[in-house]
Amino acid sequence: MNVGVAGSRAVPGGKLKLAVPRGALFGETLDVLDAAGVDTAELRGNSRSLIFETDELTLVTMRPSDVPTYVESGAAEVGITGKDVLLEQGDRAVYELLDLGFGRCRMVLAGRRGDTRLGESQRRLGMMRIATKYPRIAADYFEGTGRQVDLIEVKGSVELAPLIGLGDGIVDLVATGRTLADNDLEVREEIVVCTARFVANRVAHKLRAAEVDDLTARLREASRTLGAAAS
Amino acid sequence: MIHPIPPGSRDVLPEEMRELRRLNLALIEVFEARGYGEVATPTIEYDEVMARGDGRASGAYRFFDESGELLALRSDMTVPIARLVASRFADAEMPLRLCYLASTYRAVTPQRGQLREVVQAGIELIGATAPEGTAEVIEVLEAALDAAGLDRAVIGLGDSDLYRQLLTEYGVEGEARESLLGKLARHDLVGLEVELGEAGIGEERVATCVALSQLRGGAEVLDQAREIGGTAVERAVAGLGETYEALDRIGAADRVRIDMGLLRDLGYYSGAILEVYDPALGYVLGGGGRYDRLMHNFGLDLPACGFGLYLERVHVAQMEEQRRARGES
Repeated sequence: MNVGVAGSRAVPGGKLKLAVPRGALFGETLDVLDAAGVDTAELRGNSRSLIFETDELTLVTMRPSDVPTYVESGAAEVGITGKDVLLEQGDRAVYELLDLGFGRCRMVLAGRRGDTRLGESQRRLGMMRIATKYPRIAADYFEGTGRQVDLIEVKGSVELAPLIGLGDGIVDLVATGRTLADNDLEVREEIVVCTARFVANRVAHKLRAAEVDDLTARLREASRTLGAAAS
Repeated sequence: MIHPIPPGSRDVLPEEMRELRRLNLALIEVFEARGYGEVATPTIEYDEVMARGDGRASGAYRFFDESGELLALRSDMTVPIARLVASRFADAEMPLRLCYLASTYRAVTPQRGQLREVVQAGIELIGATAPEGTAEVIEVLEAALDAAGLDRAVIGLGDSDLYRQLLTEYGVEGEARESLLGKLARHDLVGLEVELGEAGIGEERVATCVALSQLRGGAEVLDQAREIGGTAVERAVAGLGETYEALDRIGAADRVRIDMGLLRDLGYYSGAILEVYDPALGYVLGGGGRYDRLMHNFGLDLPACGFGLYLERVHVAQMEEQRRARGES
C-alpha cells in the first residue's frame, strides 16, 4: 500500500520488531509464529538471549505485562500479549488488531469454597475486601456492577490472601481452575474471557502499513488453522 | 537540596531552551511568511468558553476566582482562538489567518512520564472552505515540518464524520454507536468486530466496517473505498478526493496518506482531519482538521481549519532524525 514518493520517504529502514511474551503465552506464541512462516527455532533453543533475528523480523522477548509499554512507545512496532494485560493497562494507546484465540483464560471473582464472607461483608459492611493483581480490571468490574470494594493489590500468589484473612475474596486469572481448587477456592463470578492479542504501535500501523497488514493477515490465517486443529 | 515540582511538569535549561527557541522561531517564521499573524490568549479562560468546544468536557484543571467564577486552564488553542475571532474579528475580511505558540494543559496518567503542560505551535484558517482551505493548511503544515528538519514526516488525512454517518446509515444509533466510535478511535478492532456483531447489522456490513478502517495509503485508497459504496462512504471519498486533488494542484500531495481509519477524539472536528507522524518516533507529533461547526458555538457561521504541533515531540523527532543522519541510532 506504499505508493510513490510518500511511500519511499515514510518507510524507515530496519525490520519490524515484534514483542514476544515469555511465560504462559510463550509456547503458543511461537507455534502461531511458526505457522505464520516466522522462524522461531532459535527462540526455542536459547533461553538467555532477549533479542533474536529472523530474515523478516526482530523478535524481542519480554514479560507479557511489558509488551504494551514497548509497543506504545514504538520501541517494538508490533507485539503479542494477553487481553488481561491490555485491560489492566487500558490507558496504553496500542492498536488491538487481532484476537489470536490461544491462551484462553477467565478473569473471575473467587471466594473460599462454601464460605459466606463475600456476601456477609457486602451486606453488613457495605463493602467487600478483594485481593488482586489486577486492580484496574477489578475496580472497573465492581464499579460497573454497582458495588463498593476495598481493593488490596498483591504481586505474588493471590490465592494466599483469603486463606489467611487478607480480604474476603480475590479477582484473578484462571486457566484450568486447578490452582483455585488446590487452595480450596471456587469461582463466584466470571468477569471477562481473555485470549492472546496481536497489537501494533499507532505510528507503525500508519507508516509501515504494508508490513503490518501482511503480518496481521498471516497471523489471522495461522491462528485459525491452529484453532481448528485444536478443537 | 531538591525542591520537587508537580509530576508532569518540568524545567527547561539553557541548552534545550536554545534549541526550542530555534525551533519556535523557524515555525513561526513559516507561519508569518504565509500571512498567519501570531496571537496570544490568556492561559486561563472561563470554563464555559472551553466547554463550548468539545461539549463533553472542558479543561482538566478548573478552579474558582475571587468572585466565584469557574475558570479553566486552556486544554487546547483552537477554542480560545474561536472565541477571540468571534469577539475581535467578527466584521473582519475573511479568510482570517492566525498562528500561535502556546502552552496547553492536559490531564495525565501518573507514573507515565506524560506532560501536563504541552507547548503547541499551530495555525487556524478561519473563513476558508474545503477543499482549498484544507489544502492550504496542509501545505503550511508541510512547510513547518520541513523547517523543523523532519523531511520524512507523513501527514495522515481522514474524515471525521465517516463512521458516525456510516453507523447511522446501518441503523446503529445512541449508546451503541458512541461505544463503537470509541472502539474505532482506540483502534480496538477485536472489540469493534464483537460489538458490530452484536449490533445486528449482518456479517457483510461488519466486515465492511472493519475493512474500511484498515484502508490507508496513497490515492488508490479512494478507489478501494469507493468500491465499498453507500452514502456515508461516498460522501467521505468525494470530500477526501477533492482535498487530495486540491493538494495535488499546489504540489503538496506527496507526503499525505489517506487514512479511512483515522478518528480524532476532539469533539469539534467535522470533515477532514489530520495527524502527523515521523518514522523516528512512536507517538503522534500533532494533528488538526476542519471544524466547520465550532465557530457557530461562538455566534459566527464560518468554516475553519487548522493544526497544532506538539513542540516537545517535534523536538524529540528532530534529535532522532539528526542522530539518524549522522548514522547513529
